[in-house]
Amino acid sequence: MGSGERIKFDNKVIDWVDERLPVFTLMSREYGSFPVPKNFNYFWNFGAIAMFMLVTMIITGVLLAMQYTPHADKAFDSIEHIMRNVNNGWALRNIHMNGASFFFIAVYIHIFRGMYYGSYKKPRELLWILGVIILFLMMATAFMGYTLPWSQMSGWGATVIAGFVTAIPFVGESMHTWLLGGFTVDNPTLNRFFALHFLLPFVICAVVFLHVWALHVTGSNNPTGIEPKGPQDTIPFHPYYTMKDVFGLTVFLGFFFGVAFFAPNLFAHADHFVPYDPMVTPPHIVPEWYFLPFYAILKAVDFNIGIPFTDMTIISSKLGGVLALVGSVGILAVLPWLDTHPVKSAKYRPLYRIALILLVLSLFVLGYVGSQLAVQPYVTLGKIATLYYFAFFLVIVPLLSRYEKPLRMPPSIHQAVLDSKKSKNAGEAK
Amino acid sequence: MGKAKTDKKSKEHDETRRDFLFLTAGAVGAIGTARALWPFIDSMNPAADTLALATTEVDVGAVQEGQAITIKWRGQPVFIRHRTKKEIEDAKAVDISGLRDKQDDSERVLEDKPQWLVMVGVCTHLGCVPLGQKEADSKGDFGGWFCPCHGSHYDTSGRIRKGPAPKNLTVPPFEFISDTTIKIG
Ligand code: HEM
Ligand code: FES
Repeated sequence: MGSGERIKFDNKVIDWVDERLPVFTLMSREYGSFPVPKNFNYFWNFGAIAMFMLVTMIITGVLLAMQYTPHADKAFDSIEHIMRNVNNGWALRNIHMNGASFFFIAVYIHIFRGMYYGSYKKPRELLWILGVIILFLMMATAFMGYTLPWSQMSGWGATVIAGFVTAIPFVGESMHTWLLGGFTVDNPTLNRFFALHFLLPFVICAVVFLHVWALHVTGSNNPTGIEPKGPQDTIPFHPYYTMKDVFGLTVFLGFFFGVAFFAPNLFAHADHFVPYDPMVTPPHIVPEWYFLPFYAILKAVDFNIGIPFTDMTIISSKLGGVLALVGSVGILAVLPWLDTHPVKSAKYRPLYRIALILLVLSLFVLGYVGSQLAVQPYVTLGKIATLYYFAFFLVIVPLLSRYEKPLRMPPSIHQAVLDSKKSKNAGEAK
Repeated sequence: MGKAKTDKKSKEHDETRRDFLFLTAGAVGAIGTARALWPFIDSMNPAADTLALATTEVDVGAVQEGQAITIKWRGQPVFIRHRTKKEIEDAKAVDISGLRDKQDDSERVLEDKPQWLVMVGVCTHLGCVPLGQKEADSKGDFGGWFCPCHGSHYDTSGRIRKGPAPKNLTVPPFEFISDTTIKIG
């Protein structure tokens, strides 16, 4: 970046600036004439959509921060103040609150796209790992943001999640106190979570920058998973994909604003509108929907792991649950080394495709189980789905890497596009 | 040729000296940085006013047998329960070899006042406040407390009997400073 041939611009001012700091050359090279596979489908919209959501969260977040008071006695009321008194405060809050949900929707689809079309494979491993880091940072950000309204769900959600730290052997308790700034979730906790909630999105921006940089080094993957072989396989990013991204984003925003303005509490819980009471836990605390599958994985480990026939415990149920939860996200980072099959796209890997669709199914099951109390049949269902989730990564994918026979593949992207046109025409002719 | 040899030797000599200086400087620098960072990390630990709430006194004279009260200590709820004869017997009758966190009832109460059970009301799983203090609360399968968050059941001694929590409810340091006043902390 920044090095190499400079482009000559007709506009004198632009050219003057570009000569001293080649930002215009960079922009036009990376976003203008940047060659991209010509066969993208709509799954390729979600990176741009996620980027748009990040910017939306930062703009609404900074404006909310101007009206919000991070103090245990005032936080809840200041949210009500935003909703009732601040000009358009209701809109800011509803966009920010639902924006988090739609940010996760976009990112989850984006990750699924990567898994379906094998975008994590060589040479894009680092690009993929940067994505997993962004996911972790997003989760931390959303978790801390959710405590800010200082509702029953805020306080108790924070209590449970900060409680994970106490599972760490020996130093867990003191780390927990250090993290909370006290013995329970209280004013010091709220203050620091606010500071971190403000900071982390900008850290995310920095990692997103690296993510996009890495993307522009390797180039994009595409639905066939075949790397472009020449100019006949690609088109310039602008205007083709700028247009497609704008269209996709518009449709996405239709759903987003539909919820934010017409059903703003669709994803919310009643206990999120009751002020936090540190002495009373609500009868059923659940995290936001985007954490539910992972929460169900935590709950699925309700047994100690010990040495058989003795009552020595190696991993308590509590530590085990937390390890499973962190592992369930972290395992994504090593996926490029678990799946060593030479074919990228699930389009040509019928077995991997079925296994992946079952994985998505297991995540939906886990999501549902996560929202329920720990009673039967949900406990067993959660355990089965958790087992499948880990088996997918640790057993099925490595086995398929060795034994799966791929379907016959077209020689190039160009040929794949021509073939699909042909079969479509044939279909119409019938 | 002879000259070249001495050159090489002196160069080697230089390098080891430089390496040594580099390593010592690096080590001092690393320790110094860690030492300088500690105050920043420590600033996140509980502040003096948070620690100042370390003891609480409470009058339990009005708590009848079978009743319980919840008070606040260090920002956390503390359960004080005036146990019935039956609850004490139930707690004593348990065979502790089958328990997850093996503790006899006598280790959890004062010898001369076994009717008073004092515990931090924070589930040892992930920190919710268990139900069971109020008459109408669900008390779980063992007649003590029930944590609604992930389903931990505690018995009439506050010991974990079922569910994901690893430990019994914590008994804080406490003493009777008069017949009816408990000092916690
Ligand atoms: C990665 C981007 C972000 C995510 C995922 C996110 C997520 C959230 C969530 C889930 C809430 C709770 C909403 C509610 O239940 O009411 C929240 C609240 C809040 N966030 Fe963010 N946020 C992001 C960026 C930001 C930024 C950059 C700022 C400020 C600079 C900010 C400031 C606030 C404030 C002041 C609140 C409390 C007001 C409210 O609850 O609506 N957020 N955030
Ligand atoms: S916090 Fe009590 S069971 Fe999880």
